[in-house]
Amino acid sequence: MSYKRPKFRHPDTEINDLGYARQDYEGALSTLCAGCGHDSISGAIVRACHELSIEPHRLAKLSGIGCSSKAPTYFLGNSHGFNSVHGRMPSVVTGAAMANRDLIYLGVSGDGDTASIGMGQFVHAARRNLNMVYIVMNNGCYGLTKGQDSATADEGSRSKKGDPNPFESIDLCALSVQVGATFVARSFSGDKDQLVPLIKAAISHHGFALIDVVSPCVTFNNNPDSTKSYEFTREHLKATGTMDFVPMREEITARYAPGSSHEVTLHDGSVIHLYKMAKGMDPLNRVSALNAMEESKQQDQILTGLLYMDPDSKELHEAIGTVSRPLNQLSERELCPGDSVLQNINESLR
Amino acid sequence: MKATNIKDPEYFHKVVDCQYACPAHTPVPEYIRLIARGRYTDAYMVNWESNVFPGILGRTCDRPCEPACRRGRVEDEPVAICRLKRVAADNKGSIEDRLPNIPVKKNGKRVALIGGGPASLTVARDLMPLGYSIDLYDDQTAGGGMMKSQIPSFRLPETVLNEEVNYILDMGVVTHFNTTVNSLKEILDKKYDAVFVGTGAPRGKDLGLAGQADAAAHIHIGIDWLSSVAFEHSSSIGKRVVVLGGGNTAMDCCRTARRLGGEDVKVVVRSPFSEMKASPWEKEDAMHEDIPIVDNHVPLAFVVENGKFIGVTFDRVDAVYDDDGRRRLVSTGKDPVLFECDDVLMAIGQENSFPWIERDIGIKFDQWGMPKVDETTFQSAIKNVFFGGDAAFGPKNVITAVAHGHQAAVSIDHFCHGKSVAERLAPGVTLISQKMGIHEWSYDNAVPIDLRYVVPQADKALTLKDRKIEVELGYDLKTAYAEAERCLNCDVQTVFEEIRCIECDACIDICPTDCITFTANAEEKQLRQNLTASATNLSQDLYVSQVLPTKRVMVKDEDMCLHCGLCAERCPTTAWDMQQFLYAVTKAGQ
Repeated sequence: MSYKRPKFRHPDTEINDLGYARQDYEGALSTLCAGCGHDSISGAIVRACHELSIEPHRLAKLSGIGCSSKAPTYFLGNSHGFNSVHGRMPSVVTGAAMANRDLIYLGVSGDGDTASIGMGQFVHAARRNLNMVYIVMNNGCYGLTKGQDSATADEGSRSKKGDPNPFESIDLCALSVQVGATFVARSFSGDKDQLVPLIKAAISHHGFALIDVVSPCVTFNNNPDSTKSYEFTREHLKATGTMDFVPMREEITARYAPGSSHEVTLHDGSVIHLYKMAKGMDPLNRVSALNAMEESKQQDQILTGLLYMDPDSKELHEAIGTVSRPLNQLSERELCPGDSVLQNINESLR
Repeated sequence: MKATNIKDPEYFHKVVDCQYACPAHTPVPEYIRLIARGRYTDAYMVNWESNVFPGILGRTCDRPCEPACRRGRVEDEPVAICRLKRVAADNKGSIEDRLPNIPVKKNGKRVALIGGGPASLTVARDLMPLGYSIDLYDDQTAGGGMMKSQIPSFRLPETVLNEEVNYILDMGVVTHFNTTVNSLKEILDKKYDAVFVGTGAPRGKDLGLAGQADAAAHIHIGIDWLSSVAFEHSSSIGKRVVVLGGGNTAMDCCRTARRLGGEDVKVVVRSPFSEMKASPWEKEDAMHEDIPIVDNHVPLAFVVENGKFIGVTFDRVDAVYDDDGRRRLVSTGKDPVLFECDDVLMAIGQENSFPWIERDIGIKFDQWGMPKVDETTFQSAIKNVFFGGDAAFGPKNVITAVAHGHQAAVSIDHFCHGKSVAERLAPGVTLISQKMGIHEWSYDNAVPIDLRYVVPQADKALTLKDRKIEVELGYDLKTAYAEAERCLNCDVQTVFEEIRCIECDACIDICPTDCITFTANAEEKQLRQNLTASATNLSQDLYVSQVLPTKRVMVKDEDMCLHCGLCAERCPTTAWDMQQFLYAVTKAGQ
């Protein structure tokens, strides 16, 4: 018997610009339940980071508590990691981002970790436009404690052996748009074609990027009465449109019919191509985004894809005017420049 | 593409690359697992049932299985299948009680076997347990055919050969050794119910070059010389020997010459080194014994000066390839080169020879003097005369002869019982889940990254002194285990049941070699390009499911699958399962 991933890989496996194979972005073998949506999201993160040729040591993955927050063990095994306290991941990211603005911050959280215990932290990270990717592995239940309804469980949805949920659900995407997140998307663990470009765009985005990913819990919440099951999600998916992500250094090869595509250039020079957008949907417009989300909800549809983004976003460091060099690279002399400088400051404030 | 029909036994059979490539379709992974478990006798019997000569083949097989081995596609070297077979043979216990019972009351049918080599012996092995009375005719003093006369003892000890030949002869075969059959008609007149011709390809080719007649005493036909050494008619050779030819017989000749007094022995071959017919490992063994292989030399003449044999002259050539890849050997125009020597061994090929078959008794021959033999039934134009082994379609190898023997036995059995000779029963097939529990499979599904283990050899100083000392020592049990664990268990199949699949993608994410894709169906050519890792090896099939609820199909490229079982491990609904596939060719009387 063995439960180890063999070392062999397909001989034609793709090597990225840094000379790494996808294998180099994998983590330990997952111990989540077989068929867990979280594993697919992990797979999508691995693919996105490999395709973006991210140097593993340039990325930090942070999480709170829950099945979702176990997941970072299962991807990016060569990156920095911090498994923090329940619901407190945003604070830890804030601290880390303040100390070293050069790293890419990837927060991984669940619906409990975000929408219940971590709600206070989550909205403030979004409001401050902290430069991070915040992925919610959203299964509508507390899988680690046997599947109780979470705050994102839809009203009327019933988990395995549960009663219909009597409460209104929290829509993390709508909430983030309202509190000031500058990149908001929703996706489904079973749709990598959509999820991978979204993760790439979120990493390239400058500011708070939320991706709320419906990620079915096969053990407790994949029954016919659940609105977070594989089957229900597939049947009720509705995409805002299709998105291609073209990193800055790559040539644009795809051809789009004139007028059918909308190009958005990101802070780092990458380009997002939006095409086949639903009628009246403009992801660069908050009102349009919120309307679309509300309309889909009325129609029992799960609206996925890029919902809202602000390409001119100003992230936290810009807002508070920190120095461009990471704080952790400043010497004591620079941080404590001495009495004469203090006197000068004091003088200027008199 | 149409959904794959996994009920067709040949589909999964093809996935077991080694077994599929083996002419006798020996269930290789099955016996390798038994070796790993220390069940050597069981492993031996799995072999014996299928290939009849595990000890012999474990030393001398041409190994068509090894180039096919999946392991050779994911890393450099295939599993040492052949030498693991030897481990089973060397370490088995007594098998007397496992041999088939031979009925005391015979079935009244009499069969004559002409030639005592692997093909005939296989026919006897299959028919004796069914109650046939069998007469075996051979001009040698003992059974084994070319395995005895042409394979030198330092590769195949006599004890190993005799043991396995005797398992069959001891079933009650009536042997007529030292009996040259000079007339098929005479045999037919003895009113046998069936006659099997397994006389091999006994005639070594002759070059017929200038000077050959004058130098005749120094020029020997390779297989005849090997045979005279084996039967101890020859025991020495000159100090300087030139071996002409680039096949395995040439390798056996040069290595035997080294043991009979040859000090300066070289192999001279027409073709480039890389295109020689000899197996790579046999070339290595020859070179290890200080025998240089000189390639791109075409022999011109035997040189005799003043009545004394001097040596052989060669034209130096280059291999030139035309647009179709056809090779021509073109002279470099340089002066011929003389290799001085005392003796020459000619090992440039073998041919069939049927001077003893009367041309007017009904056997039909083609323009090359080969009998017309049906490729499935091995029946000739005389309904009760069957051919097999090298005698049927020209020189091949032992394992092919065994495969022929099994099929000819089926035909003979059908023929003798008035059934259609062409009838072939479907192979025996089982497909059984290997799941034992959570994370637990009944086979070793871990994939070690160990490289192929080298088989140790006896000291050269020792083996070159005595032609009967076996060169290869065989794996010790610890190494055998490690080598056995390199086997990927290709017979444990990934079986997909679409009705259970919830399309969660877990299998796609976990597959280490990106074999699995869920995608829209398309024609094969397109589909091969649409996969996660494009499926470029056209000799390997795509496993395509029925259409799934999302209108996609599951497509698995069998090419790179490691059979590690992780897809089944990570499948929440057991839509994937690892099931052992056993494929047994149906033999006579089954």
